[in-house]
Amino acid sequence: MAHKIVSKKQLSQDVFTAQIEAGLIARARKPGQFVIVCLSNEYGERIPLTIADADPQEGTITLIWQRVGKTTAQMADLKQGDTIDNIVGPLGTPTHVEKFGTVVCVGGGIGNAPLLPIARALKGAGNTIISIIGARNKELLILEDEFAKTSDELIVTTDDGSHGRKALVTEPLKEVCQRNPGPDHAFVIGPAIMMKFCCDVTKQFDVPTTVSLNTIMVDGTGMCGGCRVEVGGKPKFVCVDGPEFDGHLVNFDLMMKRLDAYHEQEQQAREQYKKHKCKIGLDKGSQRNQ
Amino acid sequence: MLEKLQKKERAEGLKPSDRYDIPPQDMPAQDPVTRRGNVNEVALGYTETQARLEAMRCLQCRNAPCVQGCPVRIKIKDFISAIAEGDYKKSLEIIKENSLLPAVCGRVCPQEVQCQEKCTVGLRFKDPTKAVSIGRLERFVADFGSDNDSVPVVAPETGMKIAVIGSGPGGIVAAADTRRAGHDVTIFEAFHKPGGVMVYGIPEFRLPKAIVAKEIDVLRKMGVKIVCNFLVGRTRTIDELMKEDGFEAVFIGVGAGLPHFMSIEGESLVGVYSANEYLTRANLMKAYDFGRGADTPIAVSKKVAVVGGGNVAMDSARTAVRLGAEKVYLVYRRSEKEMPARIEEVHHAKEEGVEFHILQNPKRIIGDENSHVKAIECLKHELGSPDESGRRRPVPIEGSEFTIDVDTVIIAIGNGANPLIRQTTPHLEFNKWGNIVVDENCKTSMEGVYAGGDIVLGAATVILAMGQGRIAAAAINEHLAQKESASAKI
Repeated sequence: MAHKIVSKKQLSQDVFTAQIEAGLIARARKPGQFVIVCLSNEYGERIPLTIADADPQEGTITLIWQRVGKTTAQMADLKQGDTIDNIVGPLGTPTHVEKFGTVVCVGGGIGNAPLLPIARALKGAGNTIISIIGARNKELLILEDEFAKTSDELIVTTDDGSHGRKALVTEPLKEVCQRNPGPDHAFVIGPAIMMKFCCDVTKQFDVPTTVSLNTIMVDGTGMCGGCRVEVGGKPKFVCVDGPEFDGHLVNFDLMMKRLDAYHEQEQQAREQYKKHKCKIGLDKGSQRNQ
Repeated sequence: MLEKLQKKERAEGLKPSDRYDIPPQDMPAQDPVTRRGNVNEVALGYTETQARLEAMRCLQCRNAPCVQGCPVRIKIKDFISAIAEGDYKKSLEIIKENSLLPAVCGRVCPQEVQCQEKCTVGLRFKDPTKAVSIGRLERFVADFGSDNDSVPVVAPETGMKIAVIGSGPGGIVAAADTRRAGHDVTIFEAFHKPGGVMVYGIPEFRLPKAIVAKEIDVLRKMGVKIVCNFLVGRTRTIDELMKEDGFEAVFIGVGAGLPHFMSIEGESLVGVYSANEYLTRANLMKAYDFGRGADTPIAVSKKVAVVGGGNVAMDSARTAVRLGAEKVYLVYRRSEKEMPARIEEVHHAKEEGVEFHILQNPKRIIGDENSHVKAIECLKHELGSPDESGRRRPVPIEGSEFTIDVDTVIIAIGNGANPLIRQTTPHLEFNKWGNIVVDENCKTSMEGVYAGGDIVLGAATVILAMGQGRIAAAAINEHLAQKESASAKI
């Protein structure tokens, strides 16, 4: 059963979004859950992507992805009307949504995509939402308008100061934690290194912190354990025990090493794909579309 | 020799002593050195002459003890007798009365602890390896008849919908048997390809994927619908399937999909795999073709330690060999005698250069400054008194620590039950290990819901899962027939 791409947009240089037909997933999905995408039956790889949004009536899900490996690059080259062969989901345990009081939502880079549905759900549950979203530069910042609509207060940062405040997200996070009263809970999603430092900050102020992890997966159903991380010294499977965990207990250093396990091979696959595109002239086509 | 024996058989019949004199036929196999470098099937299959000679070794015992050893009660002496007569078509038909997947079972069944263990010929020689090679004969007729694409007859449509969860051996048999009764059968598979453990777990060199694909194709031709990328429990729950989607019966054959780890230091280091992950990357995702088309990478290893002594451990070790590892060590805490792996797999692994480290077990996995595996520290063991499995318990020898330098560790110590169905199906009864509780008809505590295979048995075999799929299908057919006649009365 192939899934048709209903619409597709480029959000920044390497970040793309698409609405994709997937009726059953759209109906079943809850905030915090993800899908696994595999582009070809014979030789494709399986990659996890968070469901950024869904429309159960239209039967579509919205995915947002960053072009990093071969499959995400290949997805970036798909057009409206094209199809994706395999999408399975929704996977993972949904976000635990309750009324905490004031919640600070911290998103970094592509992490803003999975954070948005969680912020919306938390807002819906009656929480006051302070959002801090950041990126390396203005061009890479995504979903600012959407966060503005969902948040009671929005702080935007860029590493180079090209938009919003020139800072890492940890700076305003620290200030928010220092307020009196401080936040009752924090949700942090972004690159592992950012989540690590944000957790260091919230720990100082005893703010309970939930992080959502995006590790390497194969099946996404608990069968392989490739996604495991150390949480509180014990191995946990991100695909079934997570993807959300108590950020103060996650061993981010080990997680980063595991994320890097196939670095060379990923580069090799991406390069091969680029060369292949050149050969068949696909690269020119995709530039025209941009 | 064959002709001489046939002549004698026609003239005066063969005495048991004549049959005992026929040497057991060896399985032709790919050369061990050559096959280290490819993923093609290792065992090549009997020639026709070999098959007929092997079949003539069968004494045709009146009480057929072999049949008692077969979980699906294949009429073994009859199909072997048909081979001896040269009627392979008839032979295959006899097997197919009881088993849907002879090409699979002939390859992966542990015959030495089932049918062949009971074989009179083996007992006569007090050597199970001299029993009639029932499995090899089964494979021979299955392969011989592989061009025959006959599809089992399907009864008139009943319009009753059955959901089969999981497309492994249990699910395939349950789907085929319920479809034969005319029901509208849909298989739900979480992966993007059907076949379950036969495609993600058992390697190509032991069970070519083309064989599995062919069996799946037969199901499709019978009219069974196969929906991939559908995770029951997440995409839809069992309750939703039954209450909202109109499925009147469900067979759960999801396997034992949760790898056990050892709970030792260093198990999350880069380079430590569960056997499930390693084999799935290699088999289902074809990582052996990475850089030549396949997108899924796998560790590029020089020295690999595989922990465990079962078939999955052998499959992992032999896969590592084919992926180019220079050294592959198999670390097992008991002695070779207690290994659960099939003798043939152990033999093949050794031939391919896998080094066996028996009576040893890892104590911890040691990483380098980048959190990559660099060694395992092991403890030597000795055998103590028998444990609940009847095998002698391995006891660590204190102070016997030593290290083996490796860059990859594959943990192949078994699987537990995946908790997803349990978490999403509140009315279903499970035992303390998380396996589904069923009665002798594979019926669960929920009306209309049946289960079989590893999710019921714990980690078992392809043939046992098939056996349960068959029992469950019979019970489902019976259940639906009753339901229909009850509604007809109203």
